[in-house]
Amino acid sequence: MQYKSFLIKYAEIGVKGKNRYLFEDALVTHIRHALKRVEGEFTVTKESGRIYATAEGEYDFDETVDALQKIFGIAAICPMVQVDDNGYEDLKEQVAKYVDEVYEDKHFTFKVFARRGNKKYPVTSEQINRDLGEVILTRFPDTKVDVHNPQVLLHVEVRSRINIYSRVIPGPGGMPVGTNGKAMLLLSGGIDSPVAGYMIAKRGVKIEAVYFHAPPYTSDRAKQKVIDLAKLVSRYSGPIRLHIVNFTDIQLYIYDQCPHEELTIIMRRYMMRIAERLAKESGAMGLITGESIGQVASQTMQSLAATDAACTMPVFRPVIGFDKQEIVDVSEKIGTYETSVQPFEDCCTIFVAKHPVTKPNLKMIERSEENLKERIDELVETAVNTVEKIWC
Amino acid sequence: MEVYFDNSATTKVLDSVKDIVVKLMTEDYGNPSARHRKGMEAEQYVKKAAEIIASTLKVSPKEIVFTSGGSESNNMALIETAMANRRRGNHIISTKIEHPSVYNPLIYLEEQGFEVTFLSVDSRGHISLEEMKEALRPETILVSVMYVNNEVGAVEPIEEISKIVKQHNPQTVFHVDAIQAYGKYAIRPKKQGIDLLSVSGHKIHAPKGTGFLYIDEKVKIRPLIYGGGQQRGLRSGTENVPGIGGLGAAAKEMYTNHSEKVKQICDLKDYMIERLGEIEGCTVNSYRGEESAPQIVSASFGGCRSEVLLHALEDKGIYVSSGSACSSNHPAISGTLKGIGVKPELLDSTIRFSFSIFNTKEEIDYCIETLKQLLPVLRRYQRG
Repeated sequence: MQYKSFLIKYAEIGVKGKNRYLFEDALVTHIRHALKRVEGEFTVTKESGRIYATAEGEYDFDETVDALQKIFGIAAICPMVQVDDNGYEDLKEQVAKYVDEVYEDKHFTFKVFARRGNKKYPVTSEQINRDLGEVILTRFPDTKVDVHNPQVLLHVEVRSRINIYSRVIPGPGGMPVGTNGKAMLLLSGGIDSPVAGYMIAKRGVKIEAVYFHAPPYTSDRAKQKVIDLAKLVSRYSGPIRLHIVNFTDIQLYIYDQCPHEELTIIMRRYMMRIAERLAKESGAMGLITGESIGQVASQTMQSLAATDAACTMPVFRPVIGFDKQEIVDVSEKIGTYETSVQPFEDCCTIFVAKHPVTKPNLKMIERSEENLKERIDELVETAVNTVEKIWC
Repeated sequence: MEVYFDNSATTKVLDSVKDIVVKLMTEDYGNPSARHRKGMEAEQYVKKAAEIIASTLKVSPKEIVFTSGGSESNNMALIETAMANRRRGNHIISTKIEHPSVYNPLIYLEEQGFEVTFLSVDSRGHISLEEMKEALRPETILVSVMYVNNEVGAVEPIEEISKIVKQHNPQTVFHVDAIQAYGKYAIRPKKQGIDLLSVSGHKIHAPKGTGFLYIDEKVKIRPLIYGGGQQRGLRSGTENVPGIGGLGAAAKEMYTNHSEKVKQICDLKDYMIERLGEIEGCTVNSYRGEESAPQIVSASFGGCRSEVLLHALEDKGIYVSSGSACSSNHPAISGTLKGIGVKPELLDSTIRFSFSIFNTKEEIDYCIETLKQLLPVLRRYQRG
């Protein structure tokens, strides 16, 4: 059976009231964009609260489904057969043919679920259900009807043409990217931050990212790894602008001026400050990190509070309550895990103390930061002004 | 200034080599197995390259099998000799400082039921001839020792080892990984008692993906790759004619005025070692003159992690390697450095400088000045 068309279902957009068209239009745009990279020509249309993607000729089914499964806002993808209305008898034939070709093994329970968009159709939905059910039962004696919990729910939608579908491929859910503002992701090269970016993008947020590079302590390969990760996340989120900050001088200055155990926490506070500045410049309204409570010394409740206090923007930490394994599971699902585990050092670990503070006191940290007064503003200024920006 | 001191990882292709490679890709691109003239032309290039290489080793061209490089040569030499001779015994002897392309095939052979003895080395990286004698058994079928160690440049006493092995049992096959030695030494397999010799092209200014295995005609070995029966059935697959032509040209170039070229590189090494003496907290793991390979200087810089130093040097245009480039993707600490007894705190602080005929004394001066500049700053900032 050659599916030519996909019915694309969305979940939450349906309840967005008067703004609904904004979400739908964004989704249509994203679908068109994604399908441009797929072998084949498609038309994407919005019709009475539905989105259809229809192939104009030969196309690659698996590639198409794969592309659609990465578009936030899609709840389900239903490969669909569209037939012309050539009378009721022909419809029975078409449905039988559909069942025969789609299901090799006919041992299943089913239910026909007909709907008429075209109320002028001579047969009622209830009657269609019964008649088509009978056709299937007669032609394929191994099938059984189960109206409560069918294995196959066969949709027959009578509109100007007739849509037949029964396969439901889950989409990623969420909201179309760009319909919920923009946020700046702190991308480190580890497992957690790409997952955090993915999760926020899923809620319709456009993502930019910032990476803190510390040459010669971190290598060009570490930087390339972060670029690769941003590209992997961008398959879901759309293009990501990556801001690469040269952080070495700031790090060394903190090393010189502050107690070594506080290095990491102070460093992270400056990362937040710089990320916030870049966020404001890019029109982002929040920061995203991959922090998870208690995972490392800099992610204890006290450390998170101390880091949070460094900036005024909201900081979103979507994996905050996740165990490591749960984060790994998502990263494997979205395809970032293998890249994340490449063994290149990131700037958080290069000078890490043997016993970093785990319960930093904000007052103490602020007092230590007083030691940086002399040069830190100038260093931050230089770092912000020399940012390298790459579209990933 | 761009200074390339990583010639043991790979080298720049010579212009004359590049020219022949391009010619063989764009003009004389025939398949050596084809019956027509274009095929025969290509075949002649392969034959010519084998002749050149054979003459550098004073062996027969029939004993040269072209491969895709050092790793394939080592794999074929070890696995296929062991398999072909397994009826005579199941014991193999090698060392603890071999390259992964020797070490890992041996591990594979262990899984296949062979028993492998790995000999340790002294502080200079040399195996003990006494230990070799003791390790030999009636069922020893294969001995594999590298000519020049890739990490510190230690040179193994190949001829003496061969004598001991052959005295014990003339049928025991002696394989030498000469990937860091070919081009630097006048190697004479027949005289030195070497039965199998692995060589890589890109370490001697030929392209990557080229190399050969010298196989003494008496050695019983099986092919690693089966197919159309090229190279007398020992290595199937259409010959990499451009690469082979390039390899032949590079071998010819390296062995023309050979001793002068080696002296030029060796002088650079000696000068580097001398000048490293000016740097505080620097321990050199290689030796001057003929005590170690002419192209390799391994040095440990206490209080500075090698990867950081490597990137700091890179920032100044100087390319070096930390440990051995082939294994530097793995955080695991080098077996060679441990083997020669480098202090634990220096294992992660060791850099390899490796030279070629393209390098100059001025580059070494620049490198030393740069090290003097960088090290105090880098040592000030440490973890822990």
